[in-house]
Amino acid sequence: MSRITLEKVCKSFGALGVLHDIDLDIRDGEFVVFVGPSGCGKSTLLRQIAGLDRPTSGEIHIDGKLVNTVPAADRGLAMVFQSYALYPHMSVRQNLAFGLENARMPRAEIDKRIAEAARMLEIGDYLERRPGQLSGGQRQRVAIGRAIVRNPTAFLLDEPLSNLDAELRISMRAELSALHDRLRTTMIYVTHDQIEAMTLASRIVVLRKGRVEQVGTPLDLYNRPANRFVAGFIGAPSMNFVKGTVVEAGDTATSVSLMGLSVAVPRPAAGVAPGQAVSVGLRPQHISLAGDGGDGVPVEVTLVEALGSETVIHGRTGGGERLQAVLAGQHALRAGESVRLAFAPADLHLFDDAGLRLA
Amino acid sequence: MGNVLRFLTRRRGGDRWHWTDVVTWVWLIGGLLVMFGPAVWLVLSSFKTPAALAAFPPTLMPYVIEEAIVAGYDRPLPLYEVRQADGRTVVLAEVRRIGIVAQMVDPRAPETIVKVNIADRQPVEKVSFATSNYTEPFVHFDFLRYLWNSVFVTVMATAVTLLINSMAAFALAKYKFRGQSLILIVIVGTLMVPLGVIMVPLYSMISALGLFNSLWGVIWPTVATPTGVFLLRQYMLTIPDELIDAARMDKASEWQIYWRIVLPLATPALAVLAIFSVVWRWNDFLWPLIVLSQSQLYTLQVGLNVYAGQLNVQWHYILAMTVVTMIPVVLVFVFLQRFIARGIATSGLK
Amino acid sequence: MSNRHEGQEARPARRSDGLLLIPVKAVMQVIDVPLRAWQRLAGLTGMASFFLLPNMAVFAIFVLVPFVINFVYSVTGGTEIFLDQRFYVGAAQYRDIFDCRSYLDPSTCVEDGFWVSTRNTALFVVVQVALMILVALVTALVLNREIAGRSFWRAVFFFPVLLSPVVVGLIWRWILQRQGLLNLVLYELFGFEPYSWLTDRNAAFAAAVGVTIWARVGFFALILLAGLQAIPKELYEAAEMDGTRRTRVFFRITLPLLMPNLLVVLVLGLIRSVQVFDEAYVLTGGGPGTSTMYLTQYIYEKGFASDLRDPGLAAAASILMGAVLVVLTLVQMAASRRNEKKGER
Repeated sequence: MSRITLEKVCKSFGALGVLHDIDLDIRDGEFVVFVGPSGCGKSTLLRQIAGLDRPTSGEIHIDGKLVNTVPAADRGLAMVFQSYALYPHMSVRQNLAFGLENARMPRAEIDKRIAEAARMLEIGDYLERRPGQLSGGQRQRVAIGRAIVRNPTAFLLDEPLSNLDAELRISMRAELSALHDRLRTTMIYVTHDQIEAMTLASRIVVLRKGRVEQVGTPLDLYNRPANRFVAGFIGAPSMNFVKGTVVEAGDTATSVSLMGLSVAVPRPAAGVAPGQAVSVGLRPQHISLAGDGGDGVPVEVTLVEALGSETVIHGRTGGGERLQAVLAGQHALRAGESVRLAFAPADLHLFDDAGLRLA
Repeated sequence: MGNVLRFLTRRRGGDRWHWTDVVTWVWLIGGLLVMFGPAVWLVLSSFKTPAALAAFPPTLMPYVIEEAIVAGYDRPLPLYEVRQADGRTVVLAEVRRIGIVAQMVDPRAPETIVKVNIADRQPVEKVSFATSNYTEPFVHFDFLRYLWNSVFVTVMATAVTLLINSMAAFALAKYKFRGQSLILIVIVGTLMVPLGVIMVPLYSMISALGLFNSLWGVIWPTVATPTGVFLLRQYMLTIPDELIDAARMDKASEWQIYWRIVLPLATPALAVLAIFSVVWRWNDFLWPLIVLSQSQLYTLQVGLNVYAGQLNVQWHYILAMTVVTMIPVVLVFVFLQRFIARGIATSGLK
Repeated sequence: MSNRHEGQEARPARRSDGLLLIPVKAVMQVIDVPLRAWQRLAGLTGMASFFLLPNMAVFAIFVLVPFVINFVYSVTGGTEIFLDQRFYVGAAQYRDIFDCRSYLDPSTCVEDGFWVSTRNTALFVVVQVALMILVALVTALVLNREIAGRSFWRAVFFFPVLLSPVVVGLIWRWILQRQGLLNLVLYELFGFEPYSWLTDRNAAFAAAVGVTIWARVGFFALILLAGLQAIPKELYEAAEMDGTRRTRVFFRITLPLLMPNLLVVLVLGLIRSVQVFDEAYVLTGGGPGTSTMYLTQYIYEKGFASDLRDPGLAAAASILMGAVLVVLTLVQMAASRRNEKKGER
């Protein structure tokens, strides 16, 4: 059992506030990912949970117990660091054993746990080597192994894959996922990479400037971003935003005029009045070429990126708005050409001037 | 051979000798003679007998006059080559000398005494190393005692220096606390408080603590070296903080982090400091001179100075003991020169 | 991970490492028990104080406190060493020191010894530092060239740096005496009659200067060499492409870029030169007469060795010397800070 709850956690370094009123409830066995741009406070938040830092105010509970003053060593958590932080002067085996020896565990039990972790992570062949003699991927496994042998109530992972090359990162991602399925232990994972967050998380916490922007499952965040920031952060290429004006706010639909079109979004938007300016979001993947004679926005193509399986086009509307579209397959388009782009009204997201979601 | 010569004389860029090439080699060869010459001369001299040391012009190698046992004389007699009136030379032994005339005998015919003008004879010499210069000071004087005192001071001071400097450096490099920068400023600011400035009050401090005439009185004032703290701190700053966080997550106490993580990783810096500390403490002179007034407590440096300061300087012993005093430092130099050069170049330490 | 520690990582792990360290480990383990308790009680800040305490205590007792009570000494009189047996005299010690009819002539001063040694020290500092920097610079330039066996040659010049001042003093005392190597060389080359160099005032001064240069130049040459090697090769190549003459390269590229290091060498050289004692003391004992008596020796003899010992006067003199050193140290810190800033740019 490990349920981690945060109540109004604040952290400031001198006059500089890094975390503001963080409320979170992490359930047992969840894989929670903290994601956000660099400097958003995600690593700081993880350090508060780990006990490596003390929050300035607010409470952290683990299994209902207030742990604010409990030192890191006694919280029953294990951490995997971005640089792996393997002890360079110790062998892999000594690295794994160090924490267990500190906990005064009997030698036989230590050996058993190391053997088990080595089997699970396939690091048995280089237990006697030093970290300096290992490749990046092997170091990564050892770092995870060091956390596993501790048999912690929760794993804290601080950008653990960011030092690996792209290919290795993808395979390690899959392994981490498998590991979580197997251990069923709570994992808190920090990353700036939204794809990692989408693929790994059971729930994602989006942070910006020390505040929680949205908490939800990956698809929640993708389909119903709570604000413009989350909408822009989740998904790649990021969402297009164009200016729009509310024409009519109905009970079942909201009509908006944008880019010279009038579109009825099939959802109600609470508290909007006709004539109100809104920001309209549209994912590039939800745009397609308009068929002959069909409705569409005329766009001048400024750049074509042919990726083979899909074609990304950058364009400018007559009103000067910039659009990106991801078109499936290959298209013989060139910069300077004009095309008509189409989209489904249901795929539009409406945000007010403060960036909050309307519909 | 030609290749070697070409390698040794290769010059920057062009083929012609530039005047700077000449200066370079003159400087290097001259430097070799001036820098090593005195030490070589010291070593060679240290093997000479007192008689050879007093002679002018001095010889390069240690020579002694060959002697022979001649029947009828109870002590060995020195041998000389004597040029005779007919131009032949013979080897004769000297019995005694009166003014410019020496009474000599032929070792094969010891009955007849020959009178020889001392201008007509040359001593028969052979190279001989007077090793008694080395053995006797240890037996007859307190040099073994001095040697022991020096070793004790050097080892203890270095051990304490490494321990307390590294602890302080760890605190200054890896913790954040109030007054940290103040301590750093004090440390950097007193990097240059030399002994010469505080010797009077320091002496009274040592006396008040009962450390006068004690080797620990020599050791304590030298161990809290700001230089060492500074050097180690700079190095420890390069140890990633994440390692220390990882150790904390691994239930290591702060003391364990210090000696199981930070100390092993700071080994290169500790080695540099250890080398310097050994050389410093072995070479210390003024402070031991002040603190140690009893002969049996002298370090080698003080002992040497005292013997060299006597009215009748026994150079043959002094020179030999100077060589002995030099040996540890020369060993350090030969084996750890690279280390030291890097230490100085990177930290300006001396 | 910082690559400075890579070297360590590359070493294979040996379990036998532990065997030798077993007693040490046991001791550390035992110490850990009370320390863990202290850590629980005092937290990380408490541990920081624990780690700082031994060094700072020793530092305070043997450096800071003496530094402060030195001022007290300088305003007391008498021949006793313990403060409670001394009496307050105000600024009398300083008045005595500065009681001169003419500062240019030490014999008109009440404390002529101080002024003689100050004048000697000043002369020594000027001559020794100037010559030493020159020699160090030439040595560094020579060592910076592409010469065969550079590390050997570097070692040649560095060798005397590690020798103890007493050994240095004795080596040269032996060489400069009547039956010494110098006289031998002069006799063999020029037929000079042997001469007792150390009994000649001027020769003794020259000897003190020369011997201290001999003993220290390698250290300063090494600092300058490091500075020379930090100058980017591209600059020289660019100058070569421009067809710049070598002397011009030296004065327009090498020297300006070496200035920060030269400044460090200058100040460090001054700081050490002002305190000159050991080598000169062993070499000449301050003589002949008082011709090589320098400030540190004066303070030492006033404080401990002479018949008319006067710790108060010694303290006052040492404070005056300390003031000079403080100024030099400040200059040095300012210089090195400027260097660091330059490095950042």
